[in-house]
Amino acid sequence: MKSTEEIHKLLVDQFGEETLEYKPDEKVDPWIVVAAGKIQEVAKFLRDETGLRFDSLMCLSGVHYEKEEQLGVTYHLASTSEKHKLTLKVLMPQEDAQVQSVEQIWKTADWHEREAFDMFGIRFEGHPDHRRILCPDDWEGYPLRKDYKVQEFYRGMKVEY
Amino acid sequence: MTTVKEKSPEVSVTPPVDAGNGLKTQEMVVNMGPQHPSTHGVLRVQLTLNGEIVVKAVPHIGYLHRCFEKHSEEMDDYTKVIPYVDRMDYVAAMSNELGYAIAMERMMDIQVNDRVEYIRVIMAELQRIASHLLAVGTFGLDIGAFTPFLHCFIEREKILDIFEKASGARLLYNYIWVGGLMNDVPADFKKDTAAFIKSFRPQIKELNDLLSDNKIFVERTANVGVLPEKVAINYGVSGPSLRGSGVKWDLRRDDPYSIYDRFDFDVIVGEGRMGTVGDCWDRYIVRVWEMEESLKIIEQALDQMPDEGDVHEAVPKKIRPPAAEIYCRTETPRGELGYYIISNKKTSPYRVKARAPSFVNLSVLPAISVGAMVADMVAIIGSVDIVLGEVDR
Repeated sequence: MKSTEEIHKLLVDQFGEETLEYKPDEKVDPWIVVAAGKIQEVAKFLRDETGLRFDSLMCLSGVHYEKEEQLGVTYHLASTSEKHKLTLKVLMPQEDAQVQSVEQIWKTADWHEREAFDMFGIRFEGHPDHRRILCPDDWEGYPLRKDYKVQEFYRGMKVEY
Repeated sequence: MTTVKEKSPEVSVTPPVDAGNGLKTQEMVVNMGPQHPSTHGVLRVQLTLNGEIVVKAVPHIGYLHRCFEKHSEEMDDYTKVIPYVDRMDYVAAMSNELGYAIAMERMMDIQVNDRVEYIRVIMAELQRIASHLLAVGTFGLDIGAFTPFLHCFIEREKILDIFEKASGARLLYNYIWVGGLMNDVPADFKKDTAAFIKSFRPQIKELNDLLSDNKIFVERTANVGVLPEKVAINYGVSGPSLRGSGVKWDLRRDDPYSIYDRFDFDVIVGEGRMGTVGDCWDRYIVRVWEMEESLKIIEQALDQMPDEGDVHEAVPKKIRPPAAEIYCRTETPRGELGYYIISNKKTSPYRVKARAPSFVNLSVLPAISVGAMVADMVAIIGSVDIVLGEVDR
C-alpha cells in the first residue's frame, strides 16, 4: 500500500517533474495532475509496475471548470492486489480539449471516455469508437458544460426544458 | 488528430459467399431491442449473425437518458438529489441512497449514531435480497422458467411491504437522508423483518430445487457467456458478475463502509460447478447464495441494533459543504456504485458523477457474446443483470 505522495515520487523519477504536479488537499485525498499528452504512458506505468499494479479504473469523469475556462478529466484508480487508490487529473483549455485515450490500458475507459465526449466535448486521441453514447448522434452541444444551452428543435420536434 | 464519428457506423454486411454446396450464405444484422422483453428495459443490441452464431454485438444505450447529473447541479439543495438517485437503479433505490448519503457524510464529516447505521444496513441488505430476487426471477423467465419468477415475486413483495411501512413507498423511497433517515422505523419493524427471514430461508432451497439444478436451466446457462477473470477486472466489472468469474472481491469486505466490518459473512464466488468458471450459471448462483449471506447480516444487525437513538440527530438543516471533492464507492446489488461529488461551497453540487455498476457491466457484453448462439444472447444479457435506468441515468 502506497500513499499518493510516494506514488508521485515514483512517477517523477520515471517521467520527470514537468509532466506531473502533486496537489495535497487537507479536505480529501490528494491528487496528481498529469500533462494531457503523457497520460497514456503514465497509466501504462501505473498498471504494469510491480508494487503499483493499478489494475482497475474505478471511474473516469469529465469536469468543466467554468471560472478557469478549462475542461478536466479525473481518473480514479484502484489496485485490487495492493489495495491502494490514486486520483489523477488532466486539465485542458476549453477551446481545444484533447487528451490521450486510456482505453487500451483499461477497457472501462471505453464507455466512460465516450460519455465524457458526449457530455463535455472532450476528445480522446486514439479511441477506437469515438462517438456519442447517451445522447443521439446528431445532438447539438455538450449538456454538462456549464454554459450549455438546449437546442430549440431536434429533428423538427420542440425540445422541452 | 482523432476522428470523431458524427454518426453510428453504417451497417456493413459482407457479400454472399459460396457455402460449397451450391448455396450461398451471408451475414445478417438483427436488432435485439429496444422493445424486447429480455433486454430488461430499452436496450438495443445490434447483432451481426453468421447463421445462428453471433459475430459481433454492439449495444446502443441512452434511450432512458435523463441526465440526472445536470439536474443535480441545478437543484440548489443536496438533499433534493436523493430522489434522483432513487431513479437510477429503480429496483435497488435504498442502495443508491445509501451510497450518496455516505459520500456526503464523508465530505462534511458527519457521524451518524448506531441506530441509524444498523437500520441502514438492514434496509440495504433487504434491498439486496429484493433486487437479487428480481434478477434471478426474471433471469429464469428469460430462459423460459415461469414458476420460479412467481415464487421470487411473492417473496420480494414481502420486502416491499416492510419498506412501505417504514418509508411510505414501495420502490422509490427517499428514506436514507444525509445525516440520518427520513423517519424512524415503525414499532414492529424488528418483528416483521425476523418473520420475513424465517419464512424466506426455506424458499432459497426451493428456488434451488426449482431452478438452479433444473436440467433445462443448466443446459441453457452453463458454459454460456464465459467471462474470464482478467477480462472482468480490465473492463471494471463488479458485483455478482465479477464474483461469478471467481474473483473474491466485495467492497463490503475489501473497502468497508458504514458498519459492515462488524458483521460476519462470506463472499460468494463462482466455482464453475456446472461448467466453466464465469459462465451464466455461476453469475446466477452467486446471486442466489448472496441472499443467504444477506440474511446472515440482517440477523446479526437485528441482534445488535440499539433501541435508542434519534434518527434526525445528525441531519443538517442546510447542507453547505466546504470546497472539496470526493469519490466514494459502495457495493450495491449490481456492483460498485461510485459517486464523484465536487462542491464549491454552494448549496448545490458543482458536479455529481455516478459510476453506475450496470453501465460498466454492460460494456463487457460485446466481449463475451462473440461466438455465442443468438438464443444465448438472452441468457447472457439476463445473467449480467442490468437496470437500464442506471445505465442511461
